Amino acid sequence: MDLYFPIAEMSLNVFMLLAMGGGVGLLSGMFGVGGGFLMTPLLIFSGVPPAVAVGTEANQVVAASVSGALAHWRRGNVDFKMGLILLIGGFIGSTGGVWIFTWLRDLGQIDVVIAVCYVTFLGIIGTLMLAESLRAWLRSRNPGAPKGKLHQHTWMHGLPFKMRFRRSKLYISALLPLAVGIFVGVLSAIMGVGGGFVMVPAMIYLLGMPTAVVVGTSLFQIIFVTANVTFLQSVNNQTVDVMLALTLIASSVVGAQIGTAIGGRLRSEHLRGLLGLVVLAVGLRVAWDLVSVPASLFSLGVGGH
Amino acid sequence: MGCLLKRLAGLSLAAFLAATVPAFGRASGPLIADLSSKQIRITTGFTGTSLLLFGAIDSAGDVVVVVRGPRSQTVVRRKERIAGIWVNGSSQVFNSVPGYYFVASSRPLNEVTDAATLNRLQIGADRLRFSLAHEAGAADKTSFRDGLIELKQRQSLFSVEPAKIQIEGDRLFRADLSFPANVPTGPYTADIYLFRGGVVVGSNRTTLAVRKAGLEAAVYDFAHRYSALYGIVAIVIALFAGWLAGAIFRKA
Repeated sequence: MDLYFPIAEMSLNVFMLLAMGGGVGLLSGMFGVGGGFLMTPLLIFSGVPPAVAVGTEANQVVAASVSGALAHWRRGNVDFKMGLILLIGGFIGSTGGVWIFTWLRDLGQIDVVIAVCYVTFLGIIGTLMLAESLRAWLRSRNPGAPKGKLHQHTWMHGLPFKMRFRRSKLYISALLPLAVGIFVGVLSAIMGVGGGFVMVPAMIYLLGMPTAVVVGTSLFQIIFVTANVTFLQSVNNQTVDVMLALTLIASSVVGAQIGTAIGGRLRSEHLRGLLGLVVLAVGLRVAWDLVSVPASLFSLGVGGH
Repeated sequence: MGCLLKRLAGLSLAAFLAATVPAFGRASGPLIADLSSKQIRITTGFTGTSLLLFGAIDSAGDVVVVVRGPRSQTVVRRKERIAGIWVNGSSQVFNSVPGYYFVASSRPLNEVTDAATLNRLQIGADRLRFSLAHEAGAADKTSFRDGLIELKQRQSLFSVEPAKIQIEGDRLFRADLSFPANVPTGPYTADIYLFRGGVVVGSNRTTLAVRKAGLEAAVYDFAHRYSALYGIVAIVIALFAGWLAGAIFRKA
């Protein structure tokens, strides 16, 4: 059954969309990730214009992160002060990001920039995940191996505007979470993702936050940043397809619940390795589309300068 | 009985021709035509559609139909390989490119008339001419124009081969005009030409409109006319959906 989507201006098979939403939801439930970084490329593969895929995904991620953030908030796993600083950065970054997005779209280069961003980040994250799970697997077979230092003092600890974050038990410069927020905000606007896959490692390794509050705090921040992206993409580019987003939301929440149940039964290093493989596969597919000779050497856009 | 029906049919055709043919000569020329519908509505289940174009001619000849969609300025960008990846390189801007172009003919075009006439009337996608918005860099115009036409054909928006027009008894003709799912919205024209001995002896123009209807139209208009409010509504819907999903599954 095909449905016509008014902003994407094309008809798409509903069952294919439900399968995509359910599948990505399943993965996001299993691995505790937002799934935007998988859904946006899948939408692009099925012919949705990249700009519409990005705008619509930002809208979907709002819904996906609300239910997760609420669950973490109930368990007290959100550092609101840290979240607020990240959020200020996120607003700055995503507003700038949408501006860059519009500028690149006018230049006719947005599609390739989206693709390059995806190849870069999917490649890096996928490789890190695989390496991490391999290391964890090796360590589990050889428990005596050294673990490395937990806390290291670097130049980052000399930065000004130090702040105390009680929930995270940290006393660090506010500039650090601000910078992380800005960076993730830009990615969110250009790639149509929540950015959890960049923010979570940055919070653990760069800011040194305890893992218990990392996911809740990042989800809290993601709600507002993706809401900002949804708003700005609607105003500047009219690329948010609410009907497409709703179709994906409906299927992905169901998938996520099933995924959470499955995820609890699998070993975490296996999970991480599996997700790493999925991420790398999607990244390779995007890369292939960039380097292979295109079916047509021309592309069309509306309007001139 | 059968004989009577045949005679009746013969009579009615004769009556039709008697009533219409003299009228061609005086008022509307040797050709009249109309569409089964003047409007295509794009609704939720839209996967493309076809319209029936029908009409009558005063005596034997060839009929050619050309349908053109809404015109707009179109940028054509050529991909170039930079550092191994394909990026959009140089571009040309063409004026008034039809969003849709469809041809139907009673016989192959080259049997209907000569190349000069086909070129003059721009019948056949490969004979379309577009003017450049900026004259600079006009040297490359042809390859960009060919690229544009090829892309539109790939998107099923420009016809590759003329569709078939059936003529019954040298008088009545009919053609199915097909519109794909990605058909652009806006005003359309259908030009109908009657050829005899390679010369246009009559022509007729009829119009139709393609527009989004129902929920699709409402969402599209809302997004473009009140885009800030649309963005806020999109966020509220997502917030509610996320909260609802969490609430349902927490109970379950």
